[in-house]
Amino acid sequence: MAFWTLFGLSQGKATTAWPARGGKDGQEGLLGMPRFDAGQCVPDCRACIDACPTAAIAESKDGSVNVDYGRCIVCQLCTEACPSGAMQPSADWAFGVRRREDLVVGTGYQPAAQARTAAFRRSLHIRHVDAGSCNGCESELRALNNPFYNLHRLGIFFTPSPRFADLLLVTGPVTNAMLEPLRATYAAMPEPRWVMAVGTCAVSGGIAEGGYACGHGLEGVLPVDLYLPGCPPNPAAIIEALLLFLGRVSQRVRGGRIGE
Amino acid sequence: MRGTVLADIAPNGLRPELEHLLAKGGRTQMVYAWYPEPGRLELRYLASAAAREDFRMWRCTPEAEMPSLADLAPLLGWYEREIMDLFGLPFRGHPEPHHLVLHEGVPSAPPPFSPAAHGEALVPEGSLRHRTPVIESTEVQELPFGPVRADVFESAEFLFFYLGERIIYYQPSLFFKHRGMEKRFEGRPPAAGVVLAERVSGVGSFAHALAYCQAVEAAAECVVPPRAAALRVLLAELERLYNHLHYLGHLAGTTTLKVGEAQGKLLEERGKQINSRLTGSRFLRSLLTPGGLRRDLDPKPWLGTMLEALREDIAEYTNLLEHSESHLDRLIGTGVLEREVAFDQGATGPIDRASGVNRDLRRDHPYAAYDALDLEVPVEQAGDADARAKVRIAELGASLALMQRVLLLLPDGPVAAPVAPPPGSEGLGWVESPRGTLFYAVHIGNDGKLARVKIKSPSFSNWRCFPFTVYDTNMMDYAINEASFGLTIAGCDR
Repeated sequence: MAFWTLFGLSQGKATTAWPARGGKDGQEGLLGMPRFDAGQCVPDCRACIDACPTAAIAESKDGSVNVDYGRCIVCQLCTEACPSGAMQPSADWAFGVRRREDLVVGTGYQPAAQARTAAFRRSLHIRHVDAGSCNGCESELRALNNPFYNLHRLGIFFTPSPRFADLLLVTGPVTNAMLEPLRATYAAMPEPRWVMAVGTCAVSGGIAEGGYACGHGLEGVLPVDLYLPGCPPNPAAIIEALLLFLGRVSQRVRGGRIGE
Repeated sequence: MRGTVLADIAPNGLRPELEHLLAKGGRTQMVYAWYPEPGRLELRYLASAAAREDFRMWRCTPEAEMPSLADLAPLLGWYEREIMDLFGLPFRGHPEPHHLVLHEGVPSAPPPFSPAAHGEALVPEGSLRHRTPVIESTEVQELPFGPVRADVFESAEFLFFYLGERIIYYQPSLFFKHRGMEKRFEGRPPAAGVVLAERVSGVGSFAHALAYCQAVEAAAECVVPPRAAALRVLLAELERLYNHLHYLGHLAGTTTLKVGEAQGKLLEERGKQINSRLTGSRFLRSLLTPGGLRRDLDPKPWLGTMLEALREDIAEYTNLLEHSESHLDRLIGTGVLEREVAFDQGATGPIDRASGVNRDLRRDHPYAAYDALDLEVPVEQAGDADARAKVRIAELGASLALMQRVLLLLPDGPVAAPVAPPPGSEGLGWVESPRGTLFYAVHIGNDGKLARVKIKSPSFSNWRCFPFTVYDTNMMDYAINEASFGLTIAGCDR
């Protein structure tokens, strides 16, 4: 219909320039992973450990506090429970990493060998599998193709068939009934092939982990090349992680901390 | 149970009671099971009679085998199958006595909710086995589609038998995404259940958390401060806003109206960015707690302006949609859900209202601050995809008006009240979510922890109705019809 064409033209450009300089990422006000400063901790305090619903915060053998952002569901309960300001709300939502260890606070950083993605740098095809998510991740994945983020402009596409896919993007804690379809999808992909865990559920199982119906995310199911915790990770975080995978930006998270 | 009128009924008294209810125009909402103590199983039937009349709850101690009521109230059929799967209680005379929540081929083990179970993983062997009619004709084609579907979709498998373009048999296989969420609540302190409720269905995070909090508040006889109640209305309507905008964009995509799809999804993005700016979460999470809100919000200076700008753009957008013949041609007459089927099979929300059933919990059983607000409930009679879209378009307008009203009248004061549900208490919470009626039934154990949480989600009800609109239609309309229902799978599967 003619009026839709005119309407579309009259609306002008809706797409952000981000991640190019000057572009808006669209995440104003968004709360990300709580920032942890062990130096502020009160001795013998377990407030954050007791408040954490997914054991992302745990007590280590020497009595200090261990924080694993691969298990964090961004519920902010620890920031409310903390009496001393050691756990602070932050806007740290871009938590894509190549090695699982990089999500754990205090782990020494070793640059992971860059996957041989040079040939895919400007054109990546993704097959998504929902392995039992709450649909928060799907909502954000669908948002990637709205006019604001417009993922196509970066040469990244979702493909209907695993046969055409370079990257398998998995959401959800991997329910028992989805285990077999997930493995079959991976088996149908041509090599080279890579796997990305999107959302805390896929990284570690999240809030739904274990029990009679669920696994522990992709742990022990498929080899993972890219981890992006978050509950759910927002579209900008997903874009940044994909660009990291393609070697177009460098990894900012080291030892559970976002550097610049 | 608080929030309901409770009655004890013997197993053989259920049928006459149900007949009486149906004759008066009432309907059942759900049935669930729980163990008040190890080894003693109890059933709870939830029924609603008339608007502004308390919900009824029938408490029943089951016999070794229960009479199925699915012949009288078909919507109970899925709940009975769920109880068979998860509690191992058989229902006599059930029209479809097969697995539902657990798939065929799961290893035999104690049912997951029985006291004998210890969380054994129930992994079905091989791929899904269907129960299908025997087709002798070689002309009929068979298409299994899923559980991994084209594009970014939630996992479910659909089986079609079709002749040319005409679908002669259709069967959705859901529950690939069953995570056992209800079981996760057990043993947690009541306040800790909110993060779980928020993650049952991501795009319904707020509605789920609100229904859960209201159930705990009912058990504790806690009254939420007026400011928190008003803010809850505001946030619930913000959730409706971005969900309905996504719905319209997605529906336009299925009728290949590309600019219409892009605009709908851009408006949805604006809604989500407003959410994030107001609450720190695009899905309105991390805010609710039993008793009120975890922290106060200060929406006045900018939110009203942004919502008004959004309202103008939505009005322009929906006006274009309602004048696009190519779009309307595909919607009118597509996927008709008859009023009687909608009622019998338990359709809810915009689906129900598009088939001429005038129900909305916000008006009929008000919660939060809805009682003090004037709410317009749009109803359509045609029951087709067009009617379902029209209801949602009208709800967008009503929702935006409601939010401005809340902002205007927002009272000052605290946003949280102390809440302590006593041991052994129980409560029912309900919310009219963007997709329809959502119930949470919460039972507190003698240790003060959660003993049982039952979730009745709108998509569970609407998925049950959906196949009735698919039989004897054509393949080309299927995607449009599915989009016009706007269902989630996570909410259904839990």
